[in-house]
Amino acid sequence: MFGQFFQTIFQADFLFIIIRITAPILFAALAAVISEKAGVANIGLEGMMMITALFGFLFAYWTQSWVVGVLGAMLVGILLGLMMGFFSFKLKTDIILSGIAVNMLGTGGTIFLLYMFTGLRGNTGALVSPNILIPTIDIPLINKIPVLGEILSGHAILTYLAFIFVFILRIFLYRTPLGLKIRAVGENPNAASSVGVSVTRMKYIAIAMSGALAGLGGAFMSMYYSQGWNQGMVAGRGFIALAAQAMGRGEPVGAMFSSLLFGLAQAMKTKVSGLRGMASYNYLIEMIPYVVTIIGLVFYAMSIKRKARRHQLKPIKEKLS
Amino acid sequence: MEANEFVVRMEKITKIYPNGIAANRDVDFTIRKGEIHALIGENGAGKSTLMKILFGLEQPTDGTIYLNDERVTLSSPLEAISKGIGMVHQHFMLVSSLTVAENIVLGMAPKKGGLFIDYKEAVRLTREYSERYNLFVEPDARVADIAVGMKQKVEILKALVRGAQVLILDEPTAVLTTQETVELFQELKNLKEQGFTIVFISHKLKEIKELTDRITIMRAGRSVGVYDTDSISEQEISRLMVGRDVVLKMDKPESVPGERVLCVEDLHYINEWDKKMLDGISFSVRQGEIVGIAGVEGNGQRELVDILFGLKMPDSGDATIDGQSLIGLPQARIRTLGVSYVPEDRMTFGVAQTANIQENMVSDRYSQKRFNKGPLFNMKSLYDESDKLIMDYAVLCKSRAQEVGMLSGGNIQKVVVAREFSSDPILIIADQPTRGIDVGATELIRNKLVELSRAGAAVLLVSADLNEVMELSDNLIVMYNGQIAGYFDDGQWDDLMMGEYMLGLKRQSDEEIRRACHA
Ligand SMILES: Nc1ncnc2c1ncn2[C@@H]1O[C@H](COP(=O)(O)OP(=O)(O)OP(=O)(O)O)[C@@H](O)[C@H]1O
Ligand SMILES: [Mg+2]
Repeated sequence: MFGQFFQTIFQADFLFIIIRITAPILFAALAAVISEKAGVANIGLEGMMMITALFGFLFAYWTQSWVVGVLGAMLVGILLGLMMGFFSFKLKTDIILSGIAVNMLGTGGTIFLLYMFTGLRGNTGALVSPNILIPTIDIPLINKIPVLGEILSGHAILTYLAFIFVFILRIFLYRTPLGLKIRAVGENPNAASSVGVSVTRMKYIAIAMSGALAGLGGAFMSMYYSQGWNQGMVAGRGFIALAAQAMGRGEPVGAMFSSLLFGLAQAMKTKVSGLRGMASYNYLIEMIPYVVTIIGLVFYAMSIKRKARRHQLKPIKEKLS
Repeated sequence: MEANEFVVRMEKITKIYPNGIAANRDVDFTIRKGEIHALIGENGAGKSTLMKILFGLEQPTDGTIYLNDERVTLSSPLEAISKGIGMVHQHFMLVSSLTVAENIVLGMAPKKGGLFIDYKEAVRLTREYSERYNLFVEPDARVADIAVGMKQKVEILKALVRGAQVLILDEPTAVLTTQETVELFQELKNLKEQGFTIVFISHKLKEIKELTDRITIMRAGRSVGVYDTDSISEQEISRLMVGRDVVLKMDKPESVPGERVLCVEDLHYINEWDKKMLDGISFSVRQGEIVGIAGVEGNGQRELVDILFGLKMPDSGDATIDGQSLIGLPQARIRTLGVSYVPEDRMTFGVAQTANIQENMVSDRYSQKRFNKGPLFNMKSLYDESDKLIMDYAVLCKSRAQEVGMLSGGNIQKVVVAREFSSDPILIIADQPTRGIDVGATELIRNKLVELSRAGAAVLLVSADLNEVMELSDNLIVMYNGQIAGYFDDGQWDDLMMGEYMLGLKRQSDEEIRRACHA
């Protein structure tokens, strides 16, 4: 049995699948990174992905253009982000509550919207056509390399984009004035505002960007991964992304590696459950991604503790002035 | 008087905070070009508030501000900065994970290629200012890794880079070691020579005498005078700072001290920035007496209390309750020795804000037999207990089930005090027990303290409110610079005398201070 298992794992198509599965988690994890950097906990990623997945698909269907679909999903993501911001920064509700609201909108509201716009219930299977799916591309030269070509070439455009965004985001955060301001606001808003940086504006910008990235993740799900929108499609990826953000220490590259880890776990689940004689272990296999999440978070917590011990300071209490 | 002589003129400034506290009342404040101007006053006198108004962080309720004889409104720090005012806050405003250079250019970062930060230029800028004004910093170091002295320089540079002509420094020396203070003074004198104007807030008269040209003294939200520093003696400053119109005398029965309960022996504590906070503190508190600790905040009182309640470890020395050392014991153990603690920061250490009154009141005793029935709580006895405490301490609330965070400050403190005072303590440590609460609650807490001490408890009262310690204490310790500057057991004290000890003008002989141990 194990022989068979390893045979499956060490195949090019398995690595291909990991990358494919990772992409939407990665978009969402990057969305979590950018908002967390500004000190905004975006719990609403799950809902944002649900909603943007639906609108991405609908825009694509209406215009019969996948590009419009993707852009539409980003736009809706931005609007959702701004809405969360408005509720929390302007009307002063807890950001966690606005996030939960978006999630609920994502589960309940989408079905309603789908029915309202199309008269369909539950999924959009009937509307799918090749025009509105995100195309895959073969990368010249690389696709000629044996094995590596099989793994890296032939993904959807958005898959490549997800990995490119890791580095764009990193450069944005660490090399641009706006990124610097966002990080400052997230870490010490008083310090930022004492030199005239507008804390609220930075938070709005960060959560809007977070929404745009979640929109890309959503579009990827409905316009490529699932080939159409359906209700259970996002399946916790928004939450896994939050874990990936935390495990990656809030850094884009770290989040990418944790996303890959979760991608691996998901891929393993799919693969293993397909093996002969595995049917009776189905429930155990279903657990793999979540067990990996927990183990990952434990390691993360341990490393944080170790780091804290190294930098140990005697506790400081804020003095009231 | 020549026009333009004053860079800053604040006239009849009144500031009433939303919570009703009048932090400034009709304050006139002027700064001459090129001087170092001291602002001095007790804790809570309104110094920081006045300066925050000048820096645009707070809006005055009333009054006008002139910069170079031009009337201005400063509605944000950005506006103040653009008009040449810079402020170094009492608590640093730096982002720890960023480098020194990044902190300095935050919000005005130099760009290259229209899009990216020109970090090299940021470093160059930092170096340039650092050298020009003799403020040595390491541009590439992360702020989290540098010493307090350097952080201060980063703050000053932040202001200078933004073109500040007037620099406000709010208690810059409070966190510095002696060596760092010497350095800072040299740097400030340098800046003055280069034409900058500086406002310097401090509680330390020696520093003010050494550094400043003029001095404004504040008391209880008002300015009580402006003087040339050379023309006023330290005694006079101290008198103006602490002088009071009326001192309420409390009628309290004679104290009859018994056995020693708390013995503190030669405590030393050096904080994480290598500043000596406690430097050989020894005293004792006996049954039936209230020992007060007076002093300007930041002279070691905080650290002393934290050590006594197990929140910090001293570097050396001991503290015992009835002969048993409490150093290194967890708080729960310290409590079972019979110690009660009324913390200064009641919101963090005193109550669980989202729990209700009843839960907060019994949180130190719910494991006692009488509150339990088998595995469950005996709710009736818990309710009875809290209802009784609510009555005794006159907590103004709808019911015992009300969330504590919803109560007013005074009533929250009553909840804390009710719990702490009702556990039959043999020692009560009360840290600023009446700060920021209303007259009624204050009165109640003070009366209870006296009552408990007369019933035999030992009470250690720490307070920056001079009136309070003077009124309540049977014996009084004044702390200055991590040491005991004086011990008074004759009840013959007044604010002027206290002021001189608190500000370090006077110190008793070692002989006299040793009396605090009652050995
Ligand atoms: N933001 C605020 N809201 C309400 N009250 C405040 C606020 N800031 C300060 N106060 C109150 O205003 C009064 C003056 O405070 P301020 O900070 O100006 O005193 P200070 O002279 O700087 O004292 P210290 O020497 O302790 O720093 C105090 O009673 C304080 O509790
Ligand atoms: Mg102050």
